[in-house]
This record gives sequence, structure tokens and C-alpha cells, in this order.
Amino acid sequence: MYDLAIIGGGPAALSGAVYAGRKRLDTVLIAKEIGGQLLLTSGIENYLGFESITGAELADKFANQMAQYDIDEIIGEKVVELFKQDYFFKIRTEGDQWSEARAVILASGKRSRTLNVPGERELTGRGVAYCATCDAPLFAGRKVAVIGGGNSAFEAVIDLLPIATEIFLIDIAPHWFADQILIDRIEESPKVKSFQLHRVVEILGERRVSEIVIEPIEGGEIKQFNVQGVFVEIGLVPNSEFVEGLVKMNQYQEIIVDCHARTNVPGLFAAGDVTDVPEKQVIISAGEGAKAALSAYRYLIRQKGQV
Amino acid sequence: MAIFSEHEREHVMETLGELERNVKLIFFTQDFECESCRQSHELLKELADLSDKLSLKVYDFKEDKEIVEKYRIDKIPALAVEGEKDYGIRYFGTPAGYEFAALLENILDVSRGTVELSEETTEELQEIDSLIHIQVFVTPTCPYCPRAVRTAHKLAQANDWIQADMVSATEFPHLANKYDVFSVPKVIINEGIEFEGALPERHFVQHILMAASSRT
Repeated sequence: MYDLAIIGGGPAALSGAVYAGRKRLDTVLIAKEIGGQLLLTSGIENYLGFESITGAELADKFANQMAQYDIDEIIGEKVVELFKQDYFFKIRTEGDQWSEARAVILASGKRSRTLNVPGERELTGRGVAYCATCDAPLFAGRKVAVIGGGNSAFEAVIDLLPIATEIFLIDIAPHWFADQILIDRIEESPKVKSFQLHRVVEILGERRVSEIVIEPIEGGEIKQFNVQGVFVEIGLVPNSEFVEGLVKMNQYQEIIVDCHARTNVPGLFAAGDVTDVPEKQVIISAGEGAKAALSAYRYLIRQKGQV
Repeated sequence: MAIFSEHEREHVMETLGELERNVKLIFFTQDFECESCRQSHELLKELADLSDKLSLKVYDFKEDKEIVEKYRIDKIPALAVEGEKDYGIRYFGTPAGYEFAALLENILDVSRGTVELSEETTEELQEIDSLIHIQVFVTPTCPYCPRAVRTAHKLAQANDWIQADMVSATEFPHLANKYDVFSVPKVIINEGIEFEGALPERHFVQHILMAASSRT
């Protein structure tokens, strides 16, 4: 049995692992991939110590630092179940690997939110995309739709501008939430056609996306456009399903933690984007991960006398 | 103009310092080079200069028919990474962007002559007794793609029946179109089996076994 299991592979998890390693806790890190959302970030200019670095490079540096310590890793596996049994936790991954630990840090981060409209799931990977950085180059000479009004939607449009022939930018809000510097960059382009206060009704296509259907949110004429790609950039949802019913969450399904990174379950800590800590930033997640590891260490020391 | 910055050159040299046995980069281009052939060629020339254990051999896609056939090259730019033998490791298109790191790791594996795979995978691979052709479609800006490429190349190195190709979706748009590549990484095994995403090694192997059993 491990002292500590850390679930996740982003900045909070890796920072937690470094701190746990330094305390010589017998630790396992379980993650779908090392890097988390860092892998989807092209440039980072606000992480202290690095004036400008790509997300992937920073992830590499974090992973290399973690490798200085003796941490077991289960990589490529998503955690699907976690429960407390007596004084310890049991954790099961998608591939049915079980781990046991006296304390756990939940640092499973967030993932792309889906539209939940007909056609979306069936056409994912057939034109419906959630990684603009990855998939934008595949839409050269094609018409596409980008859904959303925040920074990630505008960054997707900017990635697509030199590639796609026409871009429909669709959002339900009355105004953009993106930084003005990004808005300025695309509003001058004749390729971009914006539809604010519109929702996606359906995505159509047989083997691949062929059309998108949208409607004004306050009713009115339905519009249908020929597109070959739909980039969904409408924010993120926490990866917290596997602890539903076990820990307290807020209305956004974020895990509620106190200022010591403790959840309401003794021995269960949480850090990073999966928690209700405001401001989702690499530097904040890294700090929270460190804090969670130190809190877990203190918990384990106290618990030792009782077991 | 140099492709690597001074800093990158140092980093790559340090990595290549771990090379054990000699590794051959066998590159296919043509006399009048296409833009991406020229870029690949430059990249590989600079790379090969950074270690005595790394050599670059260049063949002409049109002229050197026998070698082209031997290495099963049907498009350029193409690269085979060869160690003690030809493991069936291929790159079609420039191994740049995120793929460059995968190429470096691949070169180290080939130099060692062994790859790290789980015991289950090693055991399951022994069941394969017919040709398996894996194509992994990538874009240079895809952070998940190198993992799929690495897994495919490791499997190729571990089993003589397997050939694994990295295929640049942007450099070969007709193939991306043929295989409906709208999301990367996309993996095609023996034309019939396909999946998207960088699956864990064990799941990747299951798809290969499916392809192997559907052939017999």
C-alpha cells in the first residue's frame, strides 16, 4: 500500500509529486498523460522563471524534476473509481488496475466541455474537434465553425485564419469574453462571420461533418451552413465524476477545498483546476499541488500513530 | 541557415551522448527536392553531424529503385531509422515540431537495440505471424501525436512483422483525405482497423491483434 496516490498529470499533480518525493512518501502518480492542459497551451509567459516557454516544454521540465524522486507512475490510465475503505483509499483505473493508498491528492484537472447536441458525439473525429492546435492544419481550404466566445475560441479562429476559407464564429453570449487583443486580430478578417446570441441546434453529416444548424437564442430563423469542421471551444468541465457522492462539490462540479487543500473527507486532498480555488493558472495549480502534498504529509504523520 | 539554435544543438548533443550502437538514418528524397524534402534533408544533415554514432545515407526516390523497393518507400520525404537491422521504422514527412522529440527517443531505442514494453505486450506480440502495417497520421502542432508514433515505432522494433509509419497529414493531404483524417493522431492498421487518439500501449496492441486475426 502506498502512503500517497496522486491522481492527475498536470502542474498540480507534478508539483505535489515533487513535494511528496522530498518528504520520502511512498507515492504513486496515476495519470492519463503527463502534462495535462499544459499540452494544449502553445505559449506560457507568466510562469515565474521562464520568460516564454511552450506548454509541452514546461511539462517536460516538471516531469524531469519529478523523475529526480522515487515516484511510481501509472501513465495512460484514467481513474474511474475511488472509495474509502477503513483507513485507506482504493483506486481503480479504466484498465482495471487497482491501487491502495493511505492518502490521495485529486489533481485530475479539467477537460473540454461538449455541446450536447445531436450529431456531436457521432461526428467527433469526423470533423467535430476539441483540439484546435492539433487539428486546425487538417482543414486547409475548408469551411469551418468555431463555437465559443472566450480566449480559446478566438485562438482557434486565429489558428484557422490562414488555413480555412470561411469561419463561422458562433456563441450564445451577447458579447465576447476573449481578450481585446485577440478580438482585434480577427475582427478585421473578411473570412470570419460572427453570430452572437446563437446556439448550435445540430451538427449534420454522414461519415463526416457536412453542415451545422444554428438558431437565435431568443427564437427566430434557423440558419444552416455548409462546414467540414466544427471546433468546440466552450470552456472546461472538471474531471471529478469518479468522486461524485464521496466529496463535496460546488455547482460547477469542482471539488471544494479549504485553505489547506483538504476536502471534506479526511485523507483526501485536492489541488489545481479540479478544485473550487479561483483562477485557473499554471502557477496557482503548482502552488496548490505543493500545499496539498504538505497537508497530506502532515495527515499521514498524525495517522501513523492511530493505525 | 542552421535549423537548430545553439541551445537546441547542445540539448540534442547531450541526448545523443547516450547512444550505444551506431544508428543509420536512411533518407529518401529526389534530385529536385520538394519543399518539405529539402527541410527534412537539412534537419537530418544537422542531426547526423551531432554524433559520431549517427550516420545519414541519402537515396534518390526515382533513381535508386532497388533500395526504394527494399525499404517499401512509396512517397517522399521518407526516413528509415535503422540499427543492427531494419526494424520497419518509417517517417513519411518531416519529423519536426513535436515529432522531433519522438524521433530522438526512437534513435536511442534503436541504438540500444531494445524497447521498453510491458510483459503482456511482449507476450501478445508473439502471436503475430503476418505482416502488420501501422500508419500514424500526425500534425506537427499536435502534442498527443508523438505518443502514438512512439508506441507504433516501439512495437515495430519489438516485432519483425510490424512496419510502423509516421505520416504527416499536412504533407500528404491526399492520404489524409483517403483515410478521413479529421483528428490526429489517427492510426490505420492494415487498411481495415482504425482509431483516433494516443491509446495506452495495451489498447494499441489489442487493435493490432484484431488486425492480425482478421487477416487469417
